[in-house]
Order: sequence, then C-alpha cells, then structure tokens
Amino acid sequence: MKEITLTYYDGSHRQVVIEDIEVPYPEGRLIVSRTDRKGIITHCNQSFVDMSGYSEQELIGQPHSILRHPDMPRAAFKDLWDTLEQGKRWQGYVKNLRKDGKYYWVYATAIPNIRNGKTVGYTSVRRKPSRKNVEACIPLYAEMLQKERVAV
Amino acid sequence: MSYVMTVSPDFPPNYLAGWYIFNTWLQRQLDLPIHLELYDSFAAQREAIANDEIDLIYANPYDASMLVREKEFSAIAAPHNRADEAIIATASGSEIQEIADLQEGTRIVHTDDPDVNMIGMIMLEPADLNTSNTSDETVDSYPLVAKKLLQGEADVGFFLDEAYETLSCLTKDRLRVLIRSEIFVIKHVLLAGSKLQEHKSRLEQVLLEMADNNKGRGVLESMGFQGWEKQTQEDTEFMIDLMDTLVV
Repeated sequence: MKEITLTYYDGSHRQVVIEDIEVPYPEGRLIVSRTDRKGIITHCNQSFVDMSGYSEQELIGQPHSILRHPDMPRAAFKDLWDTLEQGKRWQGYVKNLRKDGKYYWVYATAIPNIRNGKTVGYTSVRRKPSRKNVEACIPLYAEMLQKERVAV
Repeated sequence: MSYVMTVSPDFPPNYLAGWYIFNTWLQRQLDLPIHLELYDSFAAQREAIANDEIDLIYANPYDASMLVREKEFSAIAAPHNRADEAIIATASGSEIQEIADLQEGTRIVHTDDPDVNMIGMIMLEPADLNTSNTSDETVDSYPLVAKKLLQGEADVGFFLDEAYETLSCLTKDRLRVLIRSEIFVIKHVLLAGSKLQEHKSRLEQVLLEMADNNKGRGVLESMGFQGWEKQTQEDTEFMIDLMDTLVV
C-alpha cells in the first residue's frame, strides 16, 4: 500500500491510498451511474456500489473522479469531457480506484442526457473489458502519464 | 373508434391468453374499446408503429427510444420486479466452459429479440468477439435456439432468461448456462401514444391499483406479473439513455 497525491484536471488535489491488486470485473454486470453537468454523482446502481467499495450514501454528491486511479492519464479524462461537451458519446478503457485502494478495469461508455434540447447531465455505463485491449492500454497510459509528468 | 394495443413479440407463448384476458379487463376498467393486435416479429410490429397504427404498447426497451423520441409515446407503467436479463448457453456436452473459451468464428444462434441480442453481444466482448468475427443465425423462437445448440449447429445461444426457464427440464438438462446478465435496470415498459393521452391518468391509476383486488391479481397472474409500478417519463428517458450507451 502506498499513499499518493492525485492532481485533477481542474488543478485540485486529493490524497489516495493505492494497492496493486486487481479486483476482477464481475460477469454479466453493468456498472451504471449518472452525474449532473459538473460530474457530481446523482445516481448509481448496486454494481457501482459493489465494485467501488463505497456505500451509495458515500457516492451520491461526490465527483465521479472519486474513482480516478493515479495510473490514468489526465488526457483521457480531458478527452472524455471534451467529447461529452460536444454532445457526443465517449468510449474507452479505464482503470478505476476502489475505496480500499485496489483497482478494476472497465470498458466505459458515457453519453450526455439531453432533455428538450439541453444537456442536463451524463450517463455512464461500464462493462467487462476485453483483456487484450486492457493489456494494450497499460503501456499506452503509462507513456501518456510519463509525458504529463515531464510537462509539469 | 377502437384503440389498438400490442405486445412486444418476445413475451413467453404460455402467457398469450393472459394478454387477451388483460385486454378484456382493461376495456372494462376504462370503458374504452381496445383491440389487441399481436405480431409475429419485431419487424412487423415496427412497421405498424411506423404507420401510426398502435396506441398502447408493452414495449421492448430497445424500441422504447424510437417510440418515445420519434413517436411521442409516454411512459405509463412497468411490471413490478421484472427486468430483462439475458442468458448465453451452450450444449452441456460442449467443450466450452466459460466465455473466455470462445474463439473467433463462434457460431451464435438467437431470435430477433433486440435487447437480448444486444446484451448477449456485450457479454461476448470480454472474449474479443463481435459481429465481425462471429457468425450468427436468427430463428423464430427460443425452443429453436435450444434445438440448434442440441443439434450442434451453433456453439452458443442467446436466451431471454424467463424464456430459458420455460424450456422443458429435458432440454435444460442438455444445456449449460455460461453466463447470466445481472443488469436489473433494462425492462419492458407500457407506453401510450398521443390518441390515449386524455385517458393516461386513469390508465395509470387502474394499473397501479390492479394488484389490490382478487380479479386484478388473477389477470396479473395470467400474464406472469406481480403487479405494475409507476414509470415516470424520466424513468423511461433514463433507460433510453442507458440503451443508447449500449447500442453499438
């Protein structure tokens, strides 16, 4: 277990504890959540609760970045938000951080929730990823992260 | 003028009589003429929807998006405690023990049930399988999906879980479930079209109170339902958003 300071896209910081143990994605499940336009969680399903290790009460009202793992490059989330703000669907492989410091990989899809022509929030659904594609992402994300660190 | 009700073609055949009983019950409750029109396929039902021939529909979640966003149907109710879940099964004698054992070229057999097929393909993604590296065959019913598996003409079959459970014990003994979805939030919904809007609140009321009396409970039982629960427009919009995230 080690303690790390995470720096978010908006410049804010958070101390997290990480442990290099992967929790397998459960078969047949979908992790579902909704956020408001600022990325604050407004709804999550039981699979989200089970995999994140947080209770529903702990998750509602928190930013979705509560799941951000330090191995994920900030550029991935910038791409996510840029895509959603254009009203488009975003898909990608994401390493998520659990409350206990362990991690799990997902294949995530996020879309804007449009009501009467206006975006009122976002829905995100995560499903079990292809292992081959996860293995391809690991060195790619490490390289992106390294470039971000050098840039700082 | 008679209104037209239809039911998603994927309902289990043993509940066919139940939908006719429900239609009779509903007409008496609302004092409105309603004709129940059933279709053999999703394609035929969609054509009727496109021609504005439908006023009330127990809709597959896959079609809910088109009905709500293009045809201005609105949500009435959803069956209580009843989500659409899918099963991927193989013949019990197959060497395939888990999804990860499946290889490119896997032969899939399925019906034309759109949400089951979508969920089924999602559950194959972890094995790097998709429509481009698998072959598939569409058959008319879930018993035929089972038959194809038992005859060795397909490697895996997609089933609606409640349809799988209605297969005979003899058939199920010769099949093996590889995976069963646990999604919970994708479900069929009852939607009303514009011509029924003036009766919408009464329709909601009679459905939500249906399980409160013996007659209503008997009708529900004949359809395999426990009762109806309120489905707000936002509930349906949320499910449509969710389906949008899943559709490739």
